[in-house]
Amino acid sequence: MSERRLPPVTQIGMTSLALIVAGGIYLSAHLPHHVPLGPAVALLAASVLLLAANLIVLTRVPDFPWGRFFDVAKWTLLAYVVIAGMIEYSFLRDHIKGGVLVVLTLSLVVFAVHVPVLVGFTVARFYEPEGPASDGLHA
Amino acid sequence: MVALVADVAISAGAVAPDSVPPASIERPDFEIVPRKGLIVVAVVAILSIAAIAANELWPLAFFHFVGGASWTIIDLFLGFVLGPIMGKLSVPARVEFTTRLMPKMVLIMPTVVTMTLAAGWQLGVHLGTVDSNYYNHGWTVASYIVVGVMAVIALGLLEPANIAVLVELKKPRPKPEVIEKLMKRFIYCAGILGLMQVATLVIMTKLTVG
Repeated sequence: MSERRLPPVTQIGMTSLALIVAGGIYLSAHLPHHVPLGPAVALLAASVLLLAANLIVLTRVPDFPWGRFFDVAKWTLLAYVVIAGMIEYSFLRDHIKGGVLVVLTLSLVVFAVHVPVLVGFTVARFYEPEGPASDGLHA
Repeated sequence: MVALVADVAISAGAVAPDSVPPASIERPDFEIVPRKGLIVVAVVAILSIAAIAANELWPLAFFHFVGGASWTIIDLFLGFVLGPIMGKLSVPARVEFTTRLMPKMVLIMPTVVTMTLAAGWQLGVHLGTVDSNYYNHGWTVASYIVVGVMAVIALGLLEPANIAVLVELKKPRPKPEVIEKLMKRFIYCAGILGLMQVATLVIMTKLTVG
């Protein structure tokens, strides 16, 4: 299989997701009492940095098939925005507010962006142009 | 569904050392995301939101129990029954099975998981089981951790592999080695998720009986 050498996008993405999941567990485990936000903010910041790092290393891959990436990622993004919206609604329904709401909302943003990046990347990494009818998405 | 004959060149070495020589594979036509299924997904999502908004015990319990049972059974069945069977199928059989199973999984799993977790959280708020003063709080946190691990594996590995294998199969000349690699990832992930679901069963039964 002539697979190109690519940065460890999946591994970085999974680490980033694990960090926001850990932050979410930390916050959930303390509710409804006052939660010290420091650890959750640190986990979120690390997760955001990994997301940014992932996007940066991906943009530096020569000849990366961005068309294929966005074909998949845009629909995945739509699906995960809906899912994140449902989760956000339940936070608001439960009167979560202040710093906790901000951290959880930003965590949802990272989640809703990083999953489409991972799906788009996994599809695009196996893309090899064969001709006009070869893309598989528009067949 | 109309059968589409795909001119798939099977590289024997890439699939299995003793597999058949290059041949054409019959590949059923399929949609990566079955559009008709999106209607069902939308209905389930709207009903889940309505259950959360109403904050009544029965609808929340219904969505959490039905979703949770479906999630657990699908993961266990896929991880321990279907996964090993798929691994032993011939390549054409696996391709046909995959094109029929995976598009449904693209819709079923995110819907079932979202419904279970959203209704489950609200149910926990309603019953007080997510309150940190709850006497079994340690078990509740254990359930968060198990779900968290499952989420990272499912979102980071399993779902991308699911979509990628379907996109590959949509190509006029899908590469068997790519499908093989992605399916291996999918089957291993399903096995790990099946094991995690055993942990979920232990935790949930413990939380139920107190």
